[in-house]
Amino acid sequence: MFAYYLDLALRSLKRNKVLTALMIVAIAVGIGASMTTLTVMHLLSGDPVPTRSGTLFFPQVDPNPYPDGPSLPYDMMDYRSAVDLWSAHRADRQALIAHGQLKLTAPQVNLPPLMAQVLSTTSDFFPMFDVPFRYGHGWSAQDDASRARVAVISADLNNKLFNGADSVGRTLRLKDSDVRIVGVLGAWRPSPQFYDVAGGRFAGGQTGDFYGRPEDVFMPLNSSSDINPLGFNFFTCWSMPKSTGTLQTSPCVWMMLWVQLDSAAKVRSYRQFVADYAAQQKSLGRFARADNTQLRSLMGWLDFNHVVPSDVRLQTWAAFAFLLICLFNTVGLLLAKFLRRAGEIGVRRALGASRAAVLAQCLVEAGLIGLLGGVGGLLLTLLGLWLVRRQPVAYADLVHLDTAMFLFTFALAIATSLLAGLLPALRASGITPALQLKTL
Amino acid sequence: MDILPILSTLRRHKLTAWLLILEIALTCAIVCNAVFLIGQRLQRMDMPSGVAEHELLQIQVADVTSPSNPYARLAEDVAVLRQVPGVLSVASSNQVPFGNSSSNGNIRLDPAQPERTLNATTYFGENLVPTLGTRLVSGRDLQPDDFVDVEAALKALGTGDSKSLPHVTLITRTLAERLWPGQNPLGRLIYLTPTVGLRVVGVLDSLARPNAYDEAKAQYTMVVPIRMGANKDQSYLIRTRREDRASVLAAALAALKKADPQRVVTTKRTFDEVRRKFFQDDRAMAGMLVGVIVALLIVTALGIVGLASFWVSQRRRTIGVRRALGATRANILHYFQTENFLLATLGIALGMLLAYAINLFLMTHYELPRLPAIYFPVGAIALWLIGQLAVLGPALRAAAVPPVVATRSV
Repeated sequence: MFAYYLDLALRSLKRNKVLTALMIVAIAVGIGASMTTLTVMHLLSGDPVPTRSGTLFFPQVDPNPYPDGPSLPYDMMDYRSAVDLWSAHRADRQALIAHGQLKLTAPQVNLPPLMAQVLSTTSDFFPMFDVPFRYGHGWSAQDDASRARVAVISADLNNKLFNGADSVGRTLRLKDSDVRIVGVLGAWRPSPQFYDVAGGRFAGGQTGDFYGRPEDVFMPLNSSSDINPLGFNFFTCWSMPKSTGTLQTSPCVWMMLWVQLDSAAKVRSYRQFVADYAAQQKSLGRFARADNTQLRSLMGWLDFNHVVPSDVRLQTWAAFAFLLICLFNTVGLLLAKFLRRAGEIGVRRALGASRAAVLAQCLVEAGLIGLLGGVGGLLLTLLGLWLVRRQPVAYADLVHLDTAMFLFTFALAIATSLLAGLLPALRASGITPALQLKTL
Repeated sequence: MDILPILSTLRRHKLTAWLLILEIALTCAIVCNAVFLIGQRLQRMDMPSGVAEHELLQIQVADVTSPSNPYARLAEDVAVLRQVPGVLSVASSNQVPFGNSSSNGNIRLDPAQPERTLNATTYFGENLVPTLGTRLVSGRDLQPDDFVDVEAALKALGTGDSKSLPHVTLITRTLAERLWPGQNPLGRLIYLTPTVGLRVVGVLDSLARPNAYDEAKAQYTMVVPIRMGANKDQSYLIRTRREDRASVLAAALAALKKADPQRVVTTKRTFDEVRRKFFQDDRAMAGMLVGVIVALLIVTALGIVGLASFWVSQRRRTIGVRRALGATRANILHYFQTENFLLATLGIALGMLLAYAINLFLMTHYELPRLPAIYFPVGAIALWLIGQLAVLGPALRAAAVPPVVATRSV
């Protein structure tokens, strides 16, 4: 029966090629626009560490000694608070993070010096974030403590300097110190680059840069502060830093702490631990406010920073409004198409076809249009994604159509066309045979 | 033209008529808001920087090792750059308008006030006003003896020695008007730190901040006479003639490299590139919205063509009868045109309400201003025109139906 309906649908579609083409194009364009934006949304709002994200947390305290500071804690921590919380080792794993740039050269490699983005962190970073290694491995807690001159480099940097060869054991010159490569990362491109996210609420919705590539060089925090004691990026300062002081004693926030907490009970006790720490620091006179602490989950922290750029959200809205109009358009055209065949449907009904049969036949025709529109929509989606990849945005190289989105394209196209076909099909199946036969 | 017969016909095609009305309404609402968004973006992209944009170059270099005397190093570099043929003026600055990374300070008008008055960006660097080409509207420019070294200023903050701190500042007209509305700002004091106030000695016509995300605060700018040493965050700004930019940039880089072959150039660009990069998201968004509008109008027009053709073919007999009874071709043509006009009018009326609702949504979620009333008549006229254009083909076909059709049975 289905094959017969399909045959009827094909004949009907062939009969009025212009109208058919109009409907297919309308659905294809609507699907293309909405799938392009939806794919970008899907990629940008996804979970950057699906295996771990439920257990990763971002503690915050307010180290401001003045009570008139911002009402929410700073997005980063000062050295003392960060190191106090880290060295307490109250979480299952914990990693400190600080950012900087260092001039980098590789002996025996004939390339001009480059400014490398350096992530200074601690040994738990790699196991905690499930970071894949191509060669070698991360460093140990022992290396952290002994200020070992070791580094892990990104796959990109390894390709650039060593053409992708196993560079473990080779030496890099950072500023004027030598460090030994102990590991090379595999393909690792979390979206967003979650561990660096901070300050999103001040970015005016322009948060595309959170989707950049991981840093070139990863080093133990102690080692990189030996190499370049003042080479870290500040987030902000609550008062003017003294020129004689060190970064470690400066009134500035520049470090982040990530912790892994494997159970709800541990989350509760860590929350208490952070609150107790703030209370203790207040009693020591270092903090003005003890109640201004936070322990956000990874996904909560990303939400708080509005990581998905507001333009991408707006584009998604626009695309779906567009699909809605395409839907209305298709409803109108299908209605015209079905009702034009009122005579034919009248004859079929008179010859014994039930209402359900007419309805099914109309829906098969609508579904077929959806399928064809889906194929067109898929091509337009690929075109749209190609256009997005050519945009100068940090996430351009992330944009691709995965299997889920590929299947969803067709599901959406067929669902749209069936929805569009339902009303016209109901109208067509409601045709009274007698009236139509009379006019023949 | 008689409207009543059209209405009675439409009443018999309620469903299709409503579909068309809804499609027009949605299109109208979305097009109005999209055009408005495009206007907002274009306006943002036009945000004045206050500097001679087509004559400026920016260079940033990073040294291998921190120089023992960064101030001398910076002076040497500036001297080297001044020697480059075609260079009109050289300045060093901690930031550039639309450069993104910004140094900001909290302004208080009274050192004892608990809350800041506002947050302004602070430019540090010598020779900025003539090099940037920003206009001084009153007062004087910063003089060499106003400047203090940043290290000395920081040390002075610690010791409370006010002699080594800067004492004067330039501010923009917008900032002056915000701080002291309708009054002369010259000679007034601004407190960035509780210890010492900066006296306003000059007012700049315009100088945008590096992080000008919020247009209202884009001109909250101060220039403070602090001398920064050479470091990776410091920019060399070069003013040159518009046509010399490429050659001067190349020559300037070569001169800096020659002075010290070891250092790394991290930024080399014209100010046009700075602006292009800062507003690239806005440009992409405006382009995408133009695409949406065009596609929407085409889809809607095609929908109107489709439905009108359907109606015409459905009413061939009626048309034939009318022709036979004496209606002219023009009567038939006008009938379909009026019908489309009525539907479009209903659609537009609904669309306006919807446009307003969408605007309210955008206002709460994207901090957009209210949709100006001018968009409503313009949107209405655009949709009326498109409706009339789309219906013209089918209406002409209807007008071409010969009266003899009335005598045929099918």
